[in-house]
Amino acid sequence: MSDTRQHEHDHQAVPSDPALRVKALESLLVEKGLVDRAALDALVDAYENKIGPRNGARVVARAWSDPAYKQRLLSNADAAIAEMGYGGFQGEHMVVVENSAKVHNLVVCTLCSCYPWAVLGLPPVWYKSAPYRSRAVIDPRGVLREFGLELPVDVEVRVWDSTAEVRYLVLPERPAGTERMNEEALAALVTRDAMVGARKVSVSKAGSAG
Amino acid sequence: MNSVHDMGGMHGMGLIVEEKNEPVFHEGWEGRIFAMNLAMGAWRKWNLDASRHSRELIPPAEYLRMSYYEKWIAGLIELMVKAGLVRGDEIESGTPAVGSAKAIPAVNPEQALARITTGLPAKRNVDLPARFKIGQRVRTRNVHALGHTRLPRYARGRFGNINRDHGVFVFPDTNAHFLGEHPQHVYSVCFAARELWGAQAAEKDSVYVDLWDEYLEPA
Repeated sequence: MSDTRQHEHDHQAVPSDPALRVKALESLLVEKGLVDRAALDALVDAYENKIGPRNGARVVARAWSDPAYKQRLLSNADAAIAEMGYGGFQGEHMVVVENSAKVHNLVVCTLCSCYPWAVLGLPPVWYKSAPYRSRAVIDPRGVLREFGLELPVDVEVRVWDSTAEVRYLVLPERPAGTERMNEEALAALVTRDAMVGARKVSVSKAGSAG
Repeated sequence: MNSVHDMGGMHGMGLIVEEKNEPVFHEGWEGRIFAMNLAMGAWRKWNLDASRHSRELIPPAEYLRMSYYEKWIAGLIELMVKAGLVRGDEIESGTPAVGSAKAIPAVNPEQALARITTGLPAKRNVDLPARFKIGQRVRTRNVHALGHTRLPRYARGRFGNINRDHGVFVFPDTNAHFLGEHPQHVYSVCFAARELWGAQAAEKDSVYVDLWDEYLEPA
């Protein structure tokens, strides 16, 4: 292991205002020829505008609409997600777990903040927070209650702790009353939280990515 | 290492706070440090495991006080200084040291975007026999690594069943310290919630943890 005092020194050496620190760091890296500002712009743009939970929502809507696709998604998620044009960083190795009337899945990363970026984008603050990371494994039903979801005792709760490079996506239950909806309309119902397993999909509360 | 990043099962962290219509980045600097972390990886001076470990090395009290992206500032500085890409005095002054080498060509947008489109697969095409079979009962080792590990404290010395075999992956415990990839099988291991948390847990509930071969022994 490396020298602990050295780490303390490194961490204390940085000034306090993060905005100023980051600005100074960016200038330094650019001046040293390490990174092009346009590369940073491109990455910010990708995660602000292109890679987000709408990707995952389209995967879910396809699975709800096409039983053969759903089968492929559950048996080989990487290939099925690639069919929809998604994949790449933090989505290289995907597993999709299905919610039902008897099983409810919830995804967490207790050790850091692993999350399926390729299909959900970057995680919300609550997912990365100490309260969620500490409690999801020991008290998943309490956590779900805070999200407004009270699960009956006969429903089996499965918590998936993303400790390796496998990323999990929850396939939520298709809500009743959506039988005549097409894929696009279904995708609009699917929320980010439902694909983490923190909520169910409902017809009435549709709209936002959250 | 047994530090505060290993949070599973801790008490006292409070209620979950949700934010309606949350932006991807709350302030401009968050996006910039996020992007710098991703782009600087293209220099291949470290790996994903080392970058996770760089954040675990933040002293515990600091770790809990810092926001998520503040940890990414600290982690990136740690990585870059250790790798020799920048020097500590340059971080403090914000300008390149006199006579320091320029590291041209800079990471450009195409290279940066390639990192997210192709990804960084951790799976290895190595033909290794699996030591455990689906359904087999196993026990996690009761080990307390001083360095990086992905075996959470709450799941050490516990009995579970192999739920699936994800294939062969890079081993973070060595890779984070640049001691080689040591590829091995990763299994999804199912633990009954009561095995982990006792009678207070619901009878049917379970926690699935992805664990490397080396973390497990037959039970």
